[in-house]
Amino acid sequence: MQRAIAYLVQIAFLCRKEISALLKDPANRLILLGPALIQSMLFGYAATFDLQNVPYALLDQSRGAAAREFVTRLDGTGVFEREATLTSENQIARVIDSRQVLVAITIPADFDERLARGADAQIQVILDGRNSSTAASAAGYLAAVAERYNRSVGSAPPITVVRRAWFNPNLESRWQIMPAMIATLSMIQTLLLAALSVAREREQGTFDQLLVTPPPMQILVGKALPAIGVGLVQSTIVLLIVRFWFGVPMSGSLWLLYLGLLGFTGAAVGIGMSLSAMARNMQQAMLYSFLIILPLTLLSGLLTPVRNMPEVLQLVTYLNPLRFAIDLVRRVYLEGAGLADVAPDFIPMLVVGGVTLPLAAWLFRHRLA
Amino acid sequence: MTGSFASIVSEGLRKAFEAADGSALDAIDDVSFSIPPGTLTAFVGPDGAGKTTLMRMMAGLLTPDVGSLRVLGVDVRRDPQEVQSRISYMPQRFGLYEDLSVQENLDLYADLHGVTPEDRARRFSRLLRMTGLERFTRRPAGNLSGGMKQKLGLACTLVRVPDLLLLDEPSVGVDPLSRRDLWRILAQLIEEEGLSVVVSTAYMDEAERCEQVFVLNQGRLLAQGTPRELRGRAEGLTYVAEPREGMHARELQARLIDARERIADAVPRGGAVRFIRSPESGDADLGDLLHDAIMREQPAELEDAFMLLLREHVAGAGSDAGSPALAVDDGSLPRHARDGGDTVIRVRELVRKFGDFTAVANTSFDVRRGEIFGLLGPNGAGKTTTFRMLCGLLPATSGELDVAGVNLRTARAAARARIGYVAQRFSLYSNLSVRENLEFFAGAYGLRGRTLKRRVGETLERFGLDPSATSGLLPLGYKQRLAMAAGLIHEPDILFLDEPTSGIDPLARRAFWRAITALSQAGVTVVVTTHFMEEAEYCDRIAIQDAGRLLALGTPREVRERAGDGEEADMNRAFISIVEQARANGNDDRAAA
Repeated sequence: MQRAIAYLVQIAFLCRKEISALLKDPANRLILLGPALIQSMLFGYAATFDLQNVPYALLDQSRGAAAREFVTRLDGTGVFEREATLTSENQIARVIDSRQVLVAITIPADFDERLARGADAQIQVILDGRNSSTAASAAGYLAAVAERYNRSVGSAPPITVVRRAWFNPNLESRWQIMPAMIATLSMIQTLLLAALSVAREREQGTFDQLLVTPPPMQILVGKALPAIGVGLVQSTIVLLIVRFWFGVPMSGSLWLLYLGLLGFTGAAVGIGMSLSAMARNMQQAMLYSFLIILPLTLLSGLLTPVRNMPEVLQLVTYLNPLRFAIDLVRRVYLEGAGLADVAPDFIPMLVVGGVTLPLAAWLFRHRLA
Repeated sequence: MTGSFASIVSEGLRKAFEAADGSALDAIDDVSFSIPPGTLTAFVGPDGAGKTTLMRMMAGLLTPDVGSLRVLGVDVRRDPQEVQSRISYMPQRFGLYEDLSVQENLDLYADLHGVTPEDRARRFSRLLRMTGLERFTRRPAGNLSGGMKQKLGLACTLVRVPDLLLLDEPSVGVDPLSRRDLWRILAQLIEEEGLSVVVSTAYMDEAERCEQVFVLNQGRLLAQGTPRELRGRAEGLTYVAEPREGMHARELQARLIDARERIADAVPRGGAVRFIRSPESGDADLGDLLHDAIMREQPAELEDAFMLLLREHVAGAGSDAGSPALAVDDGSLPRHARDGGDTVIRVRELVRKFGDFTAVANTSFDVRRGEIFGLLGPNGAGKTTTFRMLCGLLPATSGELDVAGVNLRTARAAARARIGYVAQRFSLYSNLSVRENLEFFAGAYGLRGRTLKRRVGETLERFGLDPSATSGLLPLGYKQRLAMAAGLIHEPDILFLDEPTSGIDPLARRAFWRAITALSQAGVTVVVTTHFMEEAEYCDRIAIQDAGRLLALGTPREVRERAGDGEEADMNRAFISIVEQARANGNDDRAAA
C-alpha cells in the first residue's frame, strides 16, 4: 500500500513537471491553442469538395428565349459564375487556356428552334480537364441543371431518381472532413509533442538525470499522461469548433467519443515516444515525426477512401491507428453508433498503443548508442 | 600612439549581445590595446570573459558596436574582406569538415585560399611533418582524436603564410600532451617564418609562453604586460603551507579559502597548499589560520597574478560569485557514518565497446566510503563512458561493477535513492523556477508532503539560491549550484559529478571544491570526473585514463611519484610523463589514434 502510494506520488511529480514545463513557455502555450484553432478553421473553409463559384464562359449563338431561360437557371444555382460572354467559337481556347474559366458553354444557333419543334437540343460543354475532379463535379452539376430544365419544360424522363443521403443530407463534404479532424489534428500535435519530449530532455541533458531516479516505466507514465491530456484538449477544441462554429450536428454519445479518442491518443503518444526515444536530438525527432505523420494521414481514409487503395496498402492501414480513429469518430459523431458498433475500431488502436508504449520505455535505456 | 607600426590597435571597443532574459550583455566593454607586429600575444580570461567575441571581431566576423579596431593597418569595420585575405583564423572547434579526409581538408583550404599547386606540395609536406599527421592523410577528420583534430585545424589555417595568425582557444578539451605539441609547432613557426600570433586561452601555462599577455574578465581588460610584469603583482604574496600530519591538504585549503579578507586564493598542490595572501594583510595575520602548518614563501606565478586580478575585479563589481557554493561548518549537513575503509564502489575488468572502438578497456578500481575519487583524463579518454556505466546509464560490454552493493542498471528505486547524480552541463529544466526544479527532483526521489517542503527549504538556504529565479537564466556558477542541490536533495551516500567544473570560471571552481570538501567531511562519497589535471589535488585518490585505458591509480602523491618527476611536479607534468611512458610501452599507434 505504502509502496503503491509512493509510486503514484512519483508519477504525479513527473506529470506536474511535464505540464509546468509545457505551460511555462509562452511559445508552447501558443502551440497548444493556435494550430488547432487555425487548422480547424482552415480545413472547415478551405478543404471542401463542394463546388462554388465555378467561372464559366458563355457563347450563346441562339439568342432565343429558351437559351436565356437555361442560362438564368444556371446562374441561379450559385455554383456557376459567368466570367466571360463570348461572341465566337475561336475565343473558347483562349479563356480556357488562360484558366480564366473552368467551363465554356456553347448554346448552338438552332437551340430554340429545335426545342420548339420537340427535337433534341444540344448544349456543348468544354471543361478544363487539367483539374479533373473539379471538372467532373462541374459536369455533374451542369447535367443536373439540364435535367431540371427538361422537367420544367415538360420533357421529363419517365423515371426520376430521388436522392437522399443519410447522415449528411446535403452531402456536404465539410461534414465528412471536419469530424475526422477531431482525431487528425490532435494526432499531429500529440505525436510531435511526445516525439520532442524525450529528445528535448536528451538534448538538455536532463534525461540522464531522470534515468538515475525513478524506473523507466514511471518515467513513461509520467510523460505519456500529460501528452494524452494535451491530445484530448486539442480534440476538444476541434470538437467545439465543428459542433458550434460549423454547426455540424452530433448524433452519438460524448463519452463513447472520448473513450475512442483516449485509446487513439494513447497510440499516437506511444508512436511519438518511441520515435523520441530513438532520436538523438530534437531535430531528428522532428524529422522522424514528419516522416510518419504524412503516411499516417494519407493511409487513414481522411480524404480518399481506404477501399480505393491497392490491396497491399489496405493491409498496411491496419497498422494505422488514425484510420480506425477517423472511422470511429465519424460513426459516433454522424451516425450515432454505439459501443458495439465501433468496438472493432478499438482493437487496432489498443494494439498499437500496447506495443509502442512499452517499447518506448524499453528504448529509454536500450537505445542503440 | 604606435598605431601605424602595430599589427592590431583597438580603441574604446564595445560589443553587446542580448542576454537570455532580454537585457544587454556587454561581451566586450570599452577595451583599448595595441599589439606590436611579430609577437606572440595571449588574451587570457575565464570562460565568458569575451575572448571569442574579441577574436571574432579581429577576424572581421563580428562588427563592433562602438570604438575602432584596426588590424594590419586596415579598419576592420570598413573592410573586413581585406583583413580576412591577410590573416588566418582558427575558430574554437577547429573548423574542420569531419567527413573529409585529412588530405581533402588541406586541399579544400588550399583551394579556398588560392594556393598554387607548386606552393601546395611544399607547404603540405612541411605542415604534415610538423603536425605528425603524415601517416593519417586518408583518415576522415571526424575519426581523429581531439589533439590530432587540433593539429589538423592548425595545418588548415596555415596552408598559406598569413601576416597574422589568430587562434581562438586552440587547446580547449585537448590533452596536455597535445597542448605541449601545439606550442612546440607554434614556437617553430614563429622562429622560422616570423609569424605574428594572437591566441586566446584559459590556461596560464600557455600565457606564460607569450611575450604580451592581456587579462580579460567579464568583457573588461583588467591588466596587460609581459608575463614577468604581471607576475610582479603577486610577488611576495605567495606561499606554500605544509599541513600537519594527518590533515588532508584540501582541509587546510578550505580553512584558508574561507578567510576571504586575508587570503586571496588557495589551492592544494603537491600535497601542500599554495596560497596568496591579500595585499592588505600581513604575515602575522596568518598564524591562527595555519595552526601548526609550516609556511614558506614562494616565487609568484602568472596564475597567482591572474587570481589576484580576478578576485579584485569581482570584489569591485560586488558579485558573490566566489563565495562558497554551500554554506559550510554550520552543522546543517546531514552526517553520514564515516567508518572508512569499506568499499562502496567496486569495478572489475570493465569494458565498453562501440562497434570496433574500445571506449573503456579493462578497467578495475575500488572507491572507499567517504572518499573523494577523481576520474581524470582529456576529452575522449573514456571518463564519461566509465562514469555513465557506474551510474547505470550505459550497459557494460563486459566486466563486473557494483555501487553500494548493487548494479545500478538493474537496481530497484530504493538502491538508486542512495546515489545522487549531477550531469555534465548542469542539466536542469530551464524554464522551471529554482524551487520547481528542486521540488521535482525531491518528488522524483520519492520525498513528499512535509518532508519534501522542509528538505527543499533547507536546501535553498544551504545553497543560497533564490527560489523564484528561472533556472535557465541563472549565471553558470549558480546553475552548477542548483544542479548540485538537486543531486543532493535526497541526501545520498554517494554523489556522482560529471565534469562539474568545465566551463565555469576559476573562482566558481574554487567555490565548488570548497563545497565538495564540506560534503566529504560530512561523510558523503564523491566520484567526480574532470579534465583539469590540477583538480586531482583535491581528491583522496585518482584514476588517470587515456584512450580508454586506466594508466594510473592511487593517491595524487602516489601518482606523482609514479611519474618520477619528483615531489614538486604538478599534475599536468605527471600526466604527460605517465601517458608518454604508457605510449612508449608499445601500443603507439592506438594511443595516437
